[in-house]
Amino acid sequence: MTLTVRDLSIRYGFFALLIGLALFFYAAEPAFMSVRSFVFVFQSVAITAILALGVTGTLVVGGFDLSIGSVAASSMMAASYAMVIWGWGTVETVMLCVAFGLFVGFINGLIIVYGRVPDLLATLGTMFLLLGLQLVPTAGRSIAKGMILPDGSTATGSFDPSFLMLGRSRLFDIVPVSVVVMLALAVAIFVFLEFTRWGRVMYAIGSNEQASRLAGAPVNRYKIAAYMISGGFAAIGGILLAARVGRGDVSSGNNLLLDGVAAALIGFAVLGAAKPNAFGTLVGALFVGMLLQGLTMMNAPYYTQDAVKGAVLVLALLFTFAMTRRAGS
Amino acid sequence: MQTGQAAPANNRVLEIAGLEKSFGPNRVLKGVDLSVSAGEVLVLMGANGAGKSTLVKIIAGVQPPGDGRLTLDGAPFEPDRPIDALNAGLSVVHQQINDSVAPDLSVTQNLLLDRLCSGKAGSFYSPRRARREAAEIQAILGLSLPLDRAVRDIPLADRQLVAICRALAENPKVLVLDEPTSSLSQREAERLFGIVETLRSRGVAILYITHRMSDIRRLADRIVTLRDGRITGEFRPPLDYEAAVTAMLGETVRPAAMERGEAHATVFSVENYQLKSWSRPFSMALQAGEVTAITGLVGTGKSEFAEAIFGVRRPAAGEMRLNGQPYAPKTSGAAIEAGVFMAAKDRGTNSLIPAFDIARNLSLPFLTRRSRAGFIDSGAERHRAKRTIADLSIVCQSETDHMATLSGGNQQKVVVGRWLSEPSTLLILDEPFQGVDIRARHDIGRRLRETAADRATLILVTEIDEAVEVADRILVMSDHTIVGDHRTGPELDLSLLLAQVAGDQTAENMPKVQESAVG
Repeated sequence: MTLTVRDLSIRYGFFALLIGLALFFYAAEPAFMSVRSFVFVFQSVAITAILALGVTGTLVVGGFDLSIGSVAASSMMAASYAMVIWGWGTVETVMLCVAFGLFVGFINGLIIVYGRVPDLLATLGTMFLLLGLQLVPTAGRSIAKGMILPDGSTATGSFDPSFLMLGRSRLFDIVPVSVVVMLALAVAIFVFLEFTRWGRVMYAIGSNEQASRLAGAPVNRYKIAAYMISGGFAAIGGILLAARVGRGDVSSGNNLLLDGVAAALIGFAVLGAAKPNAFGTLVGALFVGMLLQGLTMMNAPYYTQDAVKGAVLVLALLFTFAMTRRAGS
Repeated sequence: MQTGQAAPANNRVLEIAGLEKSFGPNRVLKGVDLSVSAGEVLVLMGANGAGKSTLVKIIAGVQPPGDGRLTLDGAPFEPDRPIDALNAGLSVVHQQINDSVAPDLSVTQNLLLDRLCSGKAGSFYSPRRARREAAEIQAILGLSLPLDRAVRDIPLADRQLVAICRALAENPKVLVLDEPTSSLSQREAERLFGIVETLRSRGVAILYITHRMSDIRRLADRIVTLRDGRITGEFRPPLDYEAAVTAMLGETVRPAAMERGEAHATVFSVENYQLKSWSRPFSMALQAGEVTAITGLVGTGKSEFAEAIFGVRRPAAGEMRLNGQPYAPKTSGAAIEAGVFMAAKDRGTNSLIPAFDIARNLSLPFLTRRSRAGFIDSGAERHRAKRTIADLSIVCQSETDHMATLSGGNQQKVVVGRWLSEPSTLLILDEPFQGVDIRARHDIGRRLRETAADRATLILVTEIDEAVEVADRILVMSDHTIVGDHRTGPELDLSLLLAQVAGDQTAENMPKVQESAVG
């Protein structure tokens, strides 16, 4: 098989861009190519990437999950509430939050599969619902040690130091725990999607649902499971966020949805996959992180960040859909 | 039938000469000549994939012709867009009624849709004027439709009348009706026939596309049959319906050339089985080692029967037995588990995964057997794929080729190969030769016969020559019930079989048919 220029650019164009950008930043600011700088890039995208890896699961079955941002935020609030107000330990809290994420995913799946509500609308609804629900237990206040509760008493619990380590400590004094979690989840979901029969069926469903059903796949169960993966991953993201911030902040997590979805969609362009894939999602998240890190080091103002991310997303989508479609036909 | 005689040349409104159309390497129309005269109902008959819908799309201006000449009322007719065809005096009512109406708009707005879209109605919409014009339009057919209701709230048959009225609003010279009765009840169809007769008497040239014998008997002034992109027959009064069916389904009906299978124990049976609450109950049994074909026109319930056996549809009544045990699968997964496989018709929609390569398409239903602890053994998967490719002579570069790179025949081989890659108790193939060239058809048929010994094989085909070619036994389905049971071979009574396919009324003409057909 001969590779044309187009084939090559579809396959490796994105990596060429990545390397080109890295070299550009290095030339402009040599400190960009340092271990510290790299670790910072990884750390800055860890939580976003975890959400993006989860939403990749729903994209694979041909769905979409808009509720990941508010699941993460709710999970953060739940973790803070459990520790500060109920005085729970780390293990119970983590289990509670993950169970919460899985439950929301399960509900999303039920609404979409059995309620026949289109995925975007169903998850938009749960997103809205959770944004409001997370404010109810504390009457809209952020959760911190020693806060005054709605009934006038003072909260007695505090964040367990072992919980805070999840967000703040580093493995071998270099790699933050959140980055380790991100890499572990990335490997797990990559292996799951690429090498197991469950992942294979999920891709089949995303490509032709009817044919998958007639090949014997329990399509409804797979779709619900995909939303549970996405909810569970988002909840883990929320746990790490709570551990990093050390308080249940009502306003954090605003950008998580857009950043996560953008990373997953940019991932379509990686290696010319033109489909959701875990490796691409991770690279997509890192690409955005690197770009922002580079621009920040070059003193680009912080308020340009969203515009840069949006531009990257539009370019990546054009790259994926315009080029691969033409090559395919 | 007042216009039975051959229409004089100057009476021809729509003329088509040498029409060609190809999609890639696939020649769909191979030089079609056709003309429709004023005040005539010309019935165009054709089985699935004969090229009917392509023909309609070309004259409706949806697709450009590949080659050939179209004339409307003596002037060259080259519609680039549907609106051009409409302005030139040709209206089309498509088979999918919901494609012809905007469901959320009112009946009034739907009747005026062409005027609204073409800008003839001006920039501002006046409800009063619209209502007046809509009332005028429906007066053409003397109807009283609920003008203010949304189309989505009125019955399907009424929606179709809306579509027909709309088509008549611009006073067309030619009206094309594409399988208009396919979703109508008997009474609704009667009303439609009345309207078609009214239009005929007013001098509209009507091209009526169908393969329903009841429509044809009621309306046809002339019949033209389309098969495999060519006109295979033209019938003028007195109309020989039998011959028309033969011309539509294949002139090459001939005894099979393949060796027959030997029937063993009964594998699968149904008792007092009813596909629909109104259909006549039937019983049948399938034997191991035998290839049984069910034939019958489109829409007579073949696929419904297959889907019921495969667990994706529930019958109205009756029970199934598999190897003597009661069998009632709730899902396709349960059917596969029990050893009942089905290769569904329409491979693009129901079988193939476009994102997957050949090997992955082949293994999809059997991933549990191809994996250990959930991990797919991709080496074994590719190895098996190579074997299937060799067994069925699939033309490809390798087992990692994607579906889009394969021809239709080879795609179909992948579908059949998928279900042959594991042993089954009952294998159902719904239209396995759909859109497949003669060579691929032969490869598939040969492989089916080679592997048929240990299972019962059930093939659903509309084209009788396919059934004769590959099957040991042919069942005929009509009106959702089995009406005939034949053995293939020299003793096969083809004329009786054809009569059963064409429906009861023709069966009464049997003596005459028997003289003429077998020789």
